[in-house]
Amino acid sequence: MKQHICTHINGEATEFLCDAADTLLQVLRDNLRLTGTKEGCGTGDCGACSVMLNDRLVCSCLVLAVEAQHSQIETVEGLANGDSLHPLQQAFLDHAALQCGICTPGLLVAAKALLDHNPSPSESEVRFWIAGNLCRCTGYDKIVRAILAAADNMRTTHDGAQS
Amino acid sequence: MSRSPNGSWRSVGTRPVRPDGIDKVTGRAVFSADFNLPDALQGAVLRSPFAHARILRMDTARALALPGVKAIITASDLPEITEDQALINGQPPDFRDMSANILARTKVLYEGHALAAVAAVDAKTAEQALALIDVEYEVLPHVIDVQQAMAPDAPVLHDSLITQGITPAPSRPSNIASRHEQVHGDVEQGFAQADIILTEEFTTQPVHQGYIEPHACMARVASDGQTDIWCSSQGQFMVRAYCARLLDMPLSRIRVTPLEIGGGFGGKTTVYLEPLAVLLARRSGRPVKIQMSRADVFRATGPASGSYISMKIGALNDGTLVAAQGILCYQAGAFPGSPVRLGCMTAFAPYDIANVKMIGYDVVVNRPKSAAYRAPGAPMASFAAESLIDMLAQRLGMDPLELRIRNAARDGTRTAYGPRFKEIGYLQTLQAAQAHPHYSAPLGQHQGRGVASGFWFNMGGQSSAALTLNEDGTVMVTTANPDIGGSRASMALMAAEVLEIDVDRVRPEIADTSSIAYSDLTGGSRVTFAVGMAVTQAATELVASLQQRAATLWDIPVDQIDWREGCAVASIDGKQEILSLSSLAAQAGKTGGPIAAHVSINAQGAGPGFGTHICDVEVDPDTGRVTVLRYTAIQDVGTAVHPSYVEGQLQGGAVQGIGWALNEAYQYDDNGAQLNPGFLDYRVPVASDLPMIDTVLVEVPNPRHPFGVRGVGEVPIIPPLGAVANAVSRATGTRHVDLPMSPPVVLRAIQRAARRRR
Amino acid sequence: MQYQAPTDLADVAALLASADGKGRVMAGGTDLLARFAAGMPKPDVLVDIKHIAELMDIEQASDGSFTVGAAVCGAAISEHAALCSAWPGVTEAMDLIGSVQIQGRASLGGNLCNASPAADAVPALIAAGAICRILGSQGERQVSVADIICSPGKTCLDSDEFVVSLYLPPRPPRSADAYLRLIPRSEMDIAVAGAAVNLTLDSADVVVAATIALGAVSPVPLLVPRAADVILGSKLEADVMTRFKSVVSASCRPINDKRGTIDYRNHVAGVLAARAALIAGKRAAREGL
Ligand SMILES: Cc1cc2nc3c(=O)[nH]c(=O)nc-3n(C[C@H](O)[C@H](O)[C@H](O)COP(=O)(O)OP(=O)(O)OC[C@H]3O[C@@H](n4cnc5c(N)ncnc54)[C@H](O)[C@@H]3O)c2cc1C
Ligand code: FES
Ligand code: FES
Repeated sequence: MKQHICTHINGEATEFLCDAADTLLQVLRDNLRLTGTKEGCGTGDCGACSVMLNDRLVCSCLVLAVEAQHSQIETVEGLANGDSLHPLQQAFLDHAALQCGICTPGLLVAAKALLDHNPSPSESEVRFWIAGNLCRCTGYDKIVRAILAAADNMRTTHDGAQS
Repeated sequence: MSRSPNGSWRSVGTRPVRPDGIDKVTGRAVFSADFNLPDALQGAVLRSPFAHARILRMDTARALALPGVKAIITASDLPEITEDQALINGQPPDFRDMSANILARTKVLYEGHALAAVAAVDAKTAEQALALIDVEYEVLPHVIDVQQAMAPDAPVLHDSLITQGITPAPSRPSNIASRHEQVHGDVEQGFAQADIILTEEFTTQPVHQGYIEPHACMARVASDGQTDIWCSSQGQFMVRAYCARLLDMPLSRIRVTPLEIGGGFGGKTTVYLEPLAVLLARRSGRPVKIQMSRADVFRATGPASGSYISMKIGALNDGTLVAAQGILCYQAGAFPGSPVRLGCMTAFAPYDIANVKMIGYDVVVNRPKSAAYRAPGAPMASFAAESLIDMLAQRLGMDPLELRIRNAARDGTRTAYGPRFKEIGYLQTLQAAQAHPHYSAPLGQHQGRGVASGFWFNMGGQSSAALTLNEDGTVMVTTANPDIGGSRASMALMAAEVLEIDVDRVRPEIADTSSIAYSDLTGGSRVTFAVGMAVTQAATELVASLQQRAATLWDIPVDQIDWREGCAVASIDGKQEILSLSSLAAQAGKTGGPIAAHVSINAQGAGPGFGTHICDVEVDPDTGRVTVLRYTAIQDVGTAVHPSYVEGQLQGGAVQGIGWALNEAYQYDDNGAQLNPGFLDYRVPVASDLPMIDTVLVEVPNPRHPFGVRGVGEVPIIPPLGAVANAVSRATGTRHVDLPMSPPVVLRAIQRAARRRR
Repeated sequence: MQYQAPTDLADVAALLASADGKGRVMAGGTDLLARFAAGMPKPDVLVDIKHIAELMDIEQASDGSFTVGAAVCGAAISEHAALCSAWPGVTEAMDLIGSVQIQGRASLGGNLCNASPAADAVPALIAAGAICRILGSQGERQVSVADIICSPGKTCLDSDEFVVSLYLPPRPPRSADAYLRLIPRSEMDIAVAGAAVNLTLDSADVVVAATIALGAVSPVPLLVPRAADVILGSKLEADVMTRFKSVVSASCRPINDKRGTIDYRNHVAGVLAARAALIAGKRAAREGL
């Protein structure tokens, strides 16, 4: 029997029907057509499916869709504010931090979680934080630089706004 | 098109945001698994649990009876391809083998080999149906290792496989598909001259390309047979050609629409799922989508060949290399076709050596059929050669870069595989390495520095580009090559350069197979070079038509019209007149209709590429764990059209090579089943394993390209194997000849060396 | 498969009991869902225990002991400053599990009840002398973590039992623990070998209590009292550590598998245990100042 789930995705109340065994990733992609969240492995190893679930970074392939009942989910589709990109998205573009781009949504969600939690990470903190997000194209160099640059930029804007 | 007074181009060499960037950071870009059609069925593939078995019987009746199952296919649904139809123009790929690879006919040859495919209303039903297909196997002895596969008593994979390249031809089948020999000079004489001779044996493991996007496709067949395929691949025309051949269809019946590709690295230069999806769609009358799981990707696609290599070099006391010789045995996987010839050709290509003899064996084993992986065949051979060069440097007490400089191939050097090099930049990469602060930075305890170089041919090939001028003066650049690493940006930059307009007025698009003429696939580091050449020529033609249109409007001879800053310019009655691109576009109707240019070429003159890498490691002497501390990749890139994406190629390739060197390997159980078909135990590098990857772009322009472009994508994966191994060898004081240099392997070598010293 | 997410402790045992052996508890699901994806049969009833307060709480008692809910995720454990400072080894072992994404879900209870020989948190919990509070339809019992795992993949829990929380006892001053593991990469790997050391020093820095537990070097995580004996009474001097290393290595009973060989595991377990002992020693000495 299908279960009826009421949840919030990127701030919007969303309902869906699913089987108890369906993963959140399957429902996001197949039922809700939020295909920005990618599947690279389905077993928690690549991070392409990263989303925020109640303010924790998780692999949506290792979450059951039924667990989303009455929760808050954020995906890559919710990063930009209307037509203005999140500073991380802009930094990824400016620093050429993507080649094929399949890892990018997961990395952006993971990087946002990092900066929410630690606004001025060191290079090493960035590297360990994103160790669960595989990228086979870039060698990570430009990704790490983009995240550090976005952090810098967000701090300056933030400080600027405060003063 | 002209350089500015300071020698730079107006667009080429700048770093604009890529045109497809926004889609890729917002999640909007449609990759293969993201494409959906409302009434699509889900496909699933039955795969062999055995490494080697005869298929005695296969019965699909129970599966077909399951409610929700709409179609099932097996190899008997594929047209038979006879031996004389196997090759086109005598060139690989072998379509008979490809057919048997996508659906096994009489034998399964590796764990994961596809046997049947099902289409059903949803994925769960399709999976259930697979379990209901009855297959009776006769399990056969299998062989995984390349040296064991060459032994006289090894289980034979193909009863009809007689080694090619040996005269007289052997009378019995074996797993050695072919022998390849390459001779330059006289090695015997060379070694006789040598003061020092070094010999060593090397092994490397097969490695997977490791693209993060698993294979996936959608197919739809109309009742008249007109077929649509949506998939990500390295070439939509490749997919069309292979499907047509495997399914015996005219090309005009198939349209392939390329979706965004989530990495390929050579691994998406063939088809696995697409023909199955077409057959299932044809049979069911509904669109069919098939996706591989990550485990399927590991079990049934790629990898790059593993190898056993025995190599020998001879040198004079002053370091001059006088002879080199190698025997290279490459695992082809279940069907012939490893890139061993390319290994033979590239191993010593960076060096001017008078006498070189290389022998290569292409060997089949019970593993997935190997596929191209960035500079196919070169990294393993280079690992052996560059290790020997490093050993020679140590023996001579010579700086390893000095030794390479002494022997470096230069303009005019005749290569061991035939042609003479022209306008190459190898020496410049060595000099840049010497001058780089990395090379003289101090090292601590248990640390070591390795250097290694690499060579790749780079390719040109058939390429098409269409430029169309929109009514408002903006320009579409349409090409036929999937953009894996930012090539849209490079196409736009080259077009903008020729048209002398801002790059944001140029929109690059990648077309389906019905919307543009043929192009070879994205591979061989060819796109920016060859497709870029087509774009450049098309842009030049567009400028010529624009001048023609201006001539019509002004009613003056066309040769009085210049093209400057995106405008037609002429001096009429002593007065400078200007017609902008926009006004020419707006008046196109008056001057002969829409303005466009379509160029199809077979690009020649790809400039060879050379790279030199420097790697520092630290080795934990008690555990054998290796940490890469610092890495610098230096490469002659011709002209960097979009430098960020060129750097990205160097960085990504270097890191793939580091993974190959340190931790990536397949593991098999005693039955030939893969133990690690996932990213947890197939260990590609993660971000915290690595330092920043410094790059130095040496620009020695390729004179046969309008902007001096050389291919850059493949060279960077070649040097890391040698560079890391040389660094680990120097850090530990003992030579490492087996890859990957995983902690247990390194520790064993350290312990063995310690015992020897005692 | 049916999904249940009770909010009451008692309901868990009842649901498990009524599933008649075909029920399964899910905490973070990082082991369970990965195994479902790999084709493992699913239970009839899946009981999500993350909606029960006792399972999601970290509590510090006035005696310094901690009670950690079995389903608390790794990230929440790392954020608990008092727990991290009292039990640096246990918390660093938990923190080593998987990626940040995995940390958002993975729990101590799951790591323990998954019963993998290579589980990272388990040796640290064993060395810490942690005790499980177990609830079943027949009632409650307390079992030391060291006695939970019987064989790879199997625990001593009955099919209607589950772990509610883990109790970390109060500790004397100048005590500390440490956990180290060897993985080929720097993250995202399963331990080839792991070693946890929990010790107490006296005011002269002499080891007066020590517990050593190893992971991935035997079918179940291993307590090695023989090794503890070597460092007891010592100040972790170099010659003692050499002996310690070889006793640890000799106590291992590993297998050859895809992650390591017997020889390598034996050797590395000794190396790691010695390094962990020195780290724990330093931490304990610092603590007492
Ligand atoms: C990518 C990846 C990386 C990983 N890396 C590591 C690693 O480095 N080190 C490591 O040790 N592990 C690792 N793991 C395994 C896993 O994350 C850990 O074992 C984790 O602690 C399991 O916790 P969980 O809450 O997710 O367990 P679950 O998956 O929810 O449960 C695991 C098992 O325990 C049972 N269970 C859970 N809670 C209870 C309870 N309270 N009472 C009774 N039974 C219970 C479940 O029924 C199930 O059988 C990794 C997993 C993944 C996917
Ligand atoms: S798809 Fe979820 S981690 Fe790879
Ligand atoms: S950009 Fe391709 S995987 Fe990261």
